[in-house]
Amino acid sequence: MADVNQGNRPLSPHLQIYRTHILMVSSILIRITGNGLTVGIVLVLWWLLAAAAGPEAYAANMEWLTGWWLAYIVWFGLIWALSYHMLGGIRHIIWDEAVGLDLKTAEKLGWAIVIGSGALAVVISIFMLIL
Amino acid sequence: MVQFTLPKNSKIKVGKTWPKPEGATNVRKFVIYRWNPDDGQNPRLDTYFLDMDKCGPMILDALIKIKNELDPTLTFRRSCREGICGSCAMNINGINKLACIWGINDQKGDIKIYPLPHMPVVKDLVPDLTLFYAQHASIMPWLETKTPAPEKEWLQSPEDRAKLDGLYECVLCASCTASCPAYWWNGDRYLGPAALLHAYRWMIDSRDEATGERLDDVEDPYKLYRCHVIMNCTQTCPKGLNPGKAIAEIRLLAQERLL
Repeated sequence: MADVNQGNRPLSPHLQIYRTHILMVSSILIRITGNGLTVGIVLVLWWLLAAAAGPEAYAANMEWLTGWWLAYIVWFGLIWALSYHMLGGIRHIIWDEAVGLDLKTAEKLGWAIVIGSGALAVVISIFMLIL
Repeated sequence: MVQFTLPKNSKIKVGKTWPKPEGATNVRKFVIYRWNPDDGQNPRLDTYFLDMDKCGPMILDALIKIKNELDPTLTFRRSCREGICGSCAMNINGINKLACIWGINDQKGDIKIYPLPHMPVVKDLVPDLTLFYAQHASIMPWLETKTPAPEKEWLQSPEDRAKLDGLYECVLCASCTASCPAYWWNGDRYLGPAALLHAYRWMIDSRDEATGERLDDVEDPYKLYRCHVIMNCTQTCPKGLNPGKAIAEIRLLAQERLL
C-alpha cells in the first residue's frame, strides 16, 4: 500500500446526504432547546432584577418584557423549549434503563416528546395568561 | 471536532453523465459518488442509466452491471453477495445498507449512492476503515478466561447462549458506526456503535471472565458515553441488530457494579 495516496483523501459526505428521521430531529432539538434556554435565562434574570428594583422600575421593565407582540412569541418559545427539554430528559431517563430502545418504541417516544411538548407549552401558556 | 461542512478537497462536483441504454423501456437513473486518488480532482457525482429488464434485483447487481458494461473504473468492495461478509456497505439514498441485500425496486426515484459517511475515501465507494477495525480490536473481541482451560471445551447453557442472539450476527460492515453523528464528530475518541455492540457481546458471554476489565476499558466520557441515543445505528443496521440498546446495556452494567 506504499504507493497509495493517503495524504489527500477526501472526507465522504455525511450530514449533507444522510436521511433525516424523527429520532435524529428529536435528538438535535434537545441540544437546540438547551442552548435556547441558556439564552432565555437572561430574560428571566431581567424579570427578577426588575422585580427587585421596586414597583416603578418593575412596571417600566415589564413594558419591555410583556408589553408587545414579540415578547409573547419569545416567552412562548421559551416555555416550549423548557417543555421539550424536560420531556427529552425524561425520555433519556427511560432509555437509561435500556427499555424503549427497539426502533418502533423509540420512534413513538420521539413523536411523543415533539407533540407532547407543543401541547404542554400551550397549556402552560394559557395558564399563565389567565394568571 | 464538529464540522458540519465538508473540507475543501471533499466538496462534490458534478461529474459525467453516461448515455442512456438504447431501446430500453424500463430505465433507472443511478447517481454515484466518484473519487480517483490519481487525478488530483475533487470528488464528483457520475450519472448512469440502466435497463432494469437486463439487471438483477439488488443495488449490488446494478453496480456490477455498470462496472462490467459501462465503466470499468467504478470501484467498490463486494464479496459474498448475500449479506454475510459486510463488504458492500454504502450509503444508498441517505441510509447505510449492504448493497447486496438492498433491493432496487424498494427505492423510489433516482438512486443515489455514496461511500459510508464521514470516512476518508480510498477510491469511489471504498472508505478507509483502519480506525474502525482498530477500535474493534481494542475491545478484546475474543473469549478472555482466567480459570484453566477445561479438558474438552467451555460449556454454555442454551439460556446463556440465547443472550448472544442479536449480537453475534454483526458482520462488522461499519454501517452503524458510519451513521452515528456522535462518531462523525468524535470518532477519534468515541468507540462507535459497532465496537460497543461487540464489547457488550463479550461482556455478557457466560464463559467470559473479564467483564470487569472490559467495563474498566470502556468506562470513559468518550469511549462509551459519547452516545446520545440518536439511534441512527439501529435504524441503519442492515442485519436488523440494535447497537443502541447494547450501549445502554453496557451503561447499566457499569452502574450496577457500583451499587
